[in-house]
Amino acid sequence: MAELRALVAVKRVIDYAVKIRVKPDRTGVVTDGVKHSMNPFCEIAVEEAVRLKEKKLVKEVIAVSCGPAQCQETIRTALAMGADRGIHVEVPAAEAERLGPLQVARVLAKLAEKEKVDLLLLGKQAIDDDCNQTGQMVAGFLDWPQGTFASQVTVEGGKLKVEREIDGGLETLHLKLPAVVTADLRLNEPRYATLPNIMKAKKKKMEVIKAGDLGVDLTSKISVVSVEDPPQRTAGVKVETTEDLVAKLREIGRI
Amino acid sequence: MASAIQQLGRRVASWRLRPSLPPLAGLASQRAHSLLPVDDAINGLSEEQKQLRQTVAKFLQEHLAPKAQEIDHSNEFKNLREFWKQLGNLGVLGITVPVQYGGSGLGYLEHVLVMEEISRVSAAVGLSYGAHSNLCINQLVRNGNEAQKEKYLAKLASGEYIGALAMSEPNAGSDVVSMKLKAEKKDHYILNGNKFWITNGPDADVLIVYAKTDPGAVPASRGITAFIVEKGTPGFSTSQKLDKLGMRGSNTCELIFEDCKVPAANILGHKSKGVYVLMSGLDLERLVLAGGPLGIMQAVLDHTIPYLHVREAFGQKIGHFQLMQGKMADMYTRLMACRQYVYNVAKACDDGHCTPKDCAGVILYAAECATQVALDGIQCFGEWPPLPRPRAALLGPVAASERGFFPTPHSVLKLGTAELHLEALSAPVTEEMKSEEKTTRGHQLLLHSATSLPGLPTWSRRY
Repeated sequence: MAELRALVAVKRVIDYAVKIRVKPDRTGVVTDGVKHSMNPFCEIAVEEAVRLKEKKLVKEVIAVSCGPAQCQETIRTALAMGADRGIHVEVPAAEAERLGPLQVARVLAKLAEKEKVDLLLLGKQAIDDDCNQTGQMVAGFLDWPQGTFASQVTVEGGKLKVEREIDGGLETLHLKLPAVVTADLRLNEPRYATLPNIMKAKKKKMEVIKAGDLGVDLTSKISVVSVEDPPQRTAGVKVETTEDLVAKLREIGRI
Repeated sequence: MASAIQQLGRRVASWRLRPSLPPLAGLASQRAHSLLPVDDAINGLSEEQKQLRQTVAKFLQEHLAPKAQEIDHSNEFKNLREFWKQLGNLGVLGITVPVQYGGSGLGYLEHVLVMEEISRVSAAVGLSYGAHSNLCINQLVRNGNEAQKEKYLAKLASGEYIGALAMSEPNAGSDVVSMKLKAEKKDHYILNGNKFWITNGPDADVLIVYAKTDPGAVPASRGITAFIVEKGTPGFSTSQKLDKLGMRGSNTCELIFEDCKVPAANILGHKSKGVYVLMSGLDLERLVLAGGPLGIMQAVLDHTIPYLHVREAFGQKIGHFQLMQGKMADMYTRLMACRQYVYNVAKACDDGHCTPKDCAGVILYAAECATQVALDGIQCFGEWPPLPRPRAALLGPVAASERGFFPTPHSVLKLGTAELHLEALSAPVTEEMKSEEKTTRGHQLLLHSATSLPGLPTWSRRY
């Protein structure tokens, strides 16, 4: 069991606390000079991988990210949290803007095969696009079982036991390895990269490759037409009685 | 009907429930979570130093920022010890402590960065941090013998012990060499006297205390010896915490020594050579504590820049008025100039080149700039300072008199000479802030609400 190897995919996104601004030409949001950090769900995935390693269930944790040069910062954070080595799939900035779950899933599928990993961990969704697709797509490409929205992951009798948070409650799955798991909010509380670990991470290996090296085509069939601010919230209307409320709701066609 | 109610019940109970929005009046003071980016490429930091800043800032936003207002208001940091251990886990308490004694084995620049980030969230906690990690710990690192380092450093670096340093007395501040705390040699040393204004005094487990072993020495400096005193030593007590105007939450008090017995093994450095420990330590203390004003200036910017692009007067955002743009430019340039000075001196010290002149220079300049930046910041907020009411009232007269400056020749001259720089600096900032202005009230309040569901991280509010 200690021979398991894990690949964790992390995404560099605009920091959650930043005020998002739409570009004047409405082709997207402003990313220049804006604080970025690792997607919080990805942090949870990294933390889970490191914990599995600490429990001696996983031998090696590899962190991977697709995007421009700055992604290496995100991979370094993963290394500082305890990943053993990093892979940066370099994509030039302009092309990176058009990277979607499908393209990233193709890259991850090829990498998972190349590195011969037994477990692929990802965050359930990214806080910039909220797609919630990458993990599922990779599982599809690889034909691996998937445990998404995981709130608990354990190894039981050679299989992966995953407890998932779904709308109806909690669902428990047993997955044969190799498998894909996507992390949900309550899976764990990620550790902070401590100063000694930041310094140790300096010596860990970081490999840089191109999508082409993996034989993956990054073209997308989706193009963004426009990005706009949400509409200004207008003032509400106060009513005196329930009858008024019902009448008003009928008026605007809500009921 | 029953199932609809069940559904409703489940929805309401679900973890997706959004926290209730705070009243409008709290808008200015709850911006704790939105920090401005810091251009560390200009600041010349290495990859690891940039990461250090980010990890510390992130940790503090989650664990200190929500408490900062309360700490200032009540002059107390509840759960101080727990927080200290968390800092210890991050490895930031013993930055200059060699790895073999449980420290991080790094330098003064890293130390300044952490000091800056903590002060950015709470200047008071920053001061306590500096007193612990530099005034106490660093002095032990530089002057302690093997036994002392083995005994104290690991627990100080892990946060299990809190440290302090005591040199000032009620009648010896600037003229610290004229201190009166006596240390008489018998089998051990007997200390008699008091110390005053001691940061971390009420909480410290380990204190470095300077005492006169030879009150009659000529010059007086030759009679000083540094001792390590442990809390709980019979004869050593502290009197009540001081209720200060500023830096509230950084516990400060008087130390009382009444026939306090300290073993000779606890002499730090050598007998009668305490003044060297004191003076050489002062240089590095000034350097590291210069990180405090840097953090304060950054905090002022973090609060005022966004506010200036939200608040309206006379039909436009006040951040578009030229004098306000001048203020923004002044605040930003003061901060950046101070940063380069402090960081460079820190780097030089790490390379072994440490000059008293520049260590004093950095704290002098940074502190002066921080005062000016803070005053500018108060002006920007007018009646909405991110301070509790009582303190705002005190500073009110200052605020009012500045406003009177408006039409004077002084302001006009300043406007003229600064014009070119105004454009260069304020234009991008205003650009950045343009869509701030379009954001809806509700969106703002939701994002800047300081509350999140208990037990869950603040970023998860949306999910």
